[in-house]
Amino acid sequence: MMARENTKKGQGENGFSNFKVELWKYQGEMGALIPLLQSAQGTYGYIPESAIDHISEVVGIPAADIYGVITFYSQFRLKPMGKNIIKICDGTACHVNASTAILRTVEDELKVNGDETTEDGLFTLQKVACLGCCSLSPVIMINDETHGKLTPKKVTKLLKEYRENCNE
Amino acid sequence: MKTIKVGLGTCGVSAGAEKTLEAVRLAIEKENIQVTLKETGCNGMCFREPLMEVIDESSHSFLYGDVTPEKAQRIMAEHVVGDSPVKEWIVQNSGPSGDDSFFEKQKRIVLRNCGIIDPNSIDEYMAVGGYEAIQKVLKEYTPEKVIEVITNSGLRGRGGGGFLTGVKWKFCRQASGDKKYIICNADEGDPGAFMDRSTLESDPHSVLEGMMICAYAIGADEGYFYVRAEYPKAVQRLKHSIREALARGFLGKNIFGSAFNFSVKIKEGAGAFVCGEETALIASIEGKRGMPRFRPPFPANKGLWAKPTNINNVETFANISWIIMNGAEAFASMGTENSKGTKVFALAGKIARGGLAEVPMGITINEIVYDIGGGIKEGKKFKAVQMGGPSGGCIPASMGDLKIDYQQINKTGAIMGSGGLVVMDETTCMVDMAKFFLRFTEDESCGKCTFCRIGTKRMLEVLERITDGKGKEEDVDLLRELAYQIKNNTVCGLGQTAPNPVLTTLKYFPEEYEAHIRDKKCPAHSCAALVTYSIRADACKGCAMCVKACPSEAISGEKKKAHEINIGLCIRCGKCFETCKFDAVIKN
Ligand SMILES: Cc1cc2nc3c(=O)[nH]c(=O)nc-3n(C[C@H](O)[C@H](O)[C@H](O)COP(=O)(O)O)c2cc1C
Repeated sequence: MMARENTKKGQGENGFSNFKVELWKYQGEMGALIPLLQSAQGTYGYIPESAIDHISEVVGIPAADIYGVITFYSQFRLKPMGKNIIKICDGTACHVNASTAILRTVEDELKVNGDETTEDGLFTLQKVACLGCCSLSPVIMINDETHGKLTPKKVTKLLKEYRENCNE
Repeated sequence: MKTIKVGLGTCGVSAGAEKTLEAVRLAIEKENIQVTLKETGCNGMCFREPLMEVIDESSHSFLYGDVTPEKAQRIMAEHVVGDSPVKEWIVQNSGPSGDDSFFEKQKRIVLRNCGIIDPNSIDEYMAVGGYEAIQKVLKEYTPEKVIEVITNSGLRGRGGGGFLTGVKWKFCRQASGDKKYIICNADEGDPGAFMDRSTLESDPHSVLEGMMICAYAIGADEGYFYVRAEYPKAVQRLKHSIREALARGFLGKNIFGSAFNFSVKIKEGAGAFVCGEETALIASIEGKRGMPRFRPPFPANKGLWAKPTNINNVETFANISWIIMNGAEAFASMGTENSKGTKVFALAGKIARGGLAEVPMGITINEIVYDIGGGIKEGKKFKAVQMGGPSGGCIPASMGDLKIDYQQINKTGAIMGSGGLVVMDETTCMVDMAKFFLRFTEDESCGKCTFCRIGTKRMLEVLERITDGKGKEEDVDLLRELAYQIKNNTVCGLGQTAPNPVLTTLKYFPEEYEAHIRDKKCPAHSCAALVTYSIRADACKGCAMCVKACPSEAISGEKKKAHEINIGLCIRCGKCFETCKFDAVIKN
């Protein structure tokens, strides 16, 4: 599962990053800013300052405005993220089914607090509002994979699997 | 030849359906079995995922639940090859599980194809009558006639507001301007709601077809799907459907030989709940910060790029082609005086059978919770349902006979909302629930209106104080005052409804607020600060598991002898309670 995630984030055609390709393709479409930011984040894992400058130049929106858009949406990051993104659901159903215990377990296991990245750069933790898998609550999503009906024990095991996979 | 279907919605996949599918594939290859293997979406029985269906030569369907790869192997050997169904795992029709009643009271329009057809195959959608409604409309109906049919059906928007769909279309039709847009709102931000995700994952073409009919009716030639970032599978299937429809010429120019042109794009959200609000959503598609603006002008007159725009929810669109094919009367014959047709509910929380259920309007809460949902998990006591997410409220179990329709639900102080129905039992603290939603709205407030930005924060602080055991007598009045001000001094629905979870819990569960404030007790034993833990000496086996689990070294005791918790050191994290295998740790 990890391999797929990596190719998705990786390089586009001809060795140019997806983000660069997207920038070249830009032809003045309205509303292109957010998709471009998404593409930058998809390529780099976060939005580097240089990407903001590039977008600003190509699209003609002042960097300050772009920054305003980035900080408005919770998806966008200005700092590098871990190799694996863990989204911990704290939606209503998960909350009722003790998602707090899951969050605490992950925080303890990874030694992070709230929305942080582990020291080894393997994991970034994100608390999210709802992943829409309420009937399987409590749920977490690691990269694009959803894991449901969790218990503190199952999460610990799951994290171990991911960590071993990364170290291979 | 038999047909085998494996459900691959997000819920199925996270329950392990891909491994089940793999096991089925392997068995087919190894034994060279002649069957048709299909992937489908979700049929709503999320509580039984992974699901596998075997349809035999006489079209008899056998639905198996909780199918692990091992179970799949046995089903393949005994049923598919050996022709004798594995009775004990069947969950629908003639199974011992008693799950049949999950479907008995349902009436499926929106979910008509979900879990039945392969969402990645336009041919399968067409085999069940797909894209006939758009052809009928293009051949036989004027745009005005389409609007008349939808108006007569009584369909109301399923995204939360409940506005009459036909009337909304008419406004946009009548708006002046050559260029018009339509938008499908698939932002589904309400925590506890997943019907739009499931519909898009299981039957994307039905939503697309509904959108096309709408575009024809209002005179739009371009449309957008605005989909949440958290729904990668829905996006993937939508993209595939659009490509398929384009390849057939169902999208593009001169569709089905008519003068109607239509193209669609997908916009992925970037994680902001408020972007579900229509004016914020439009700002977001335009590439701006997603902040709502004052209405009027309504999007019907001035929407995307300042052009007339019609926005509808996924479920609203999924109803359209059914109404065209079956007639407005058939739709209007279901439901109540003011709410016609059906509604999909996402059942979750402390309910035995969590999943998606589509029911006729007018069904009671009890029927949904008990007859469809199978009652409360682990035999606990039903306390309340939360409807409408952060804009809604908690309806107590004592009102379980309430007939669900827009008006009745509004009367309780909750709202129909998008259809999330989270069930709570005696272990759920209602003050904590109110705090949970307030934290959500406080976090998601876009910051434009002062009362929403700061008012929700003040309310949250009061609730935090109460659940920490530091509540004051006057706090309840303070909450009411803040709620009133926030409701009346904000621009969009987010602020206007944000106090609802607090107001409804205050209305129906005042004694819980009192217990927290006056007695410093949480009746549901849920608020960490108000719970103390102790160990029952008669049940403790002295296994020392809790000693190891305790992060603050508050538990002492020798091996094989009863342990004790030092209250002074205890940080009330509950680890010992979770760890103990003998139920010896109790909450007081
Ligand atoms: C804060 C807020 C969030 C909303 N979120 C959604 C949503 O996630 N999905 C949705 O369809 N409508 C949502 N709405 C309602 C939309 O503004 C709009 O009324 C709806 O999409 C119209 O479609 P309908 O008439 O088919 O219901 C939201 C409204 C508010 C105020």
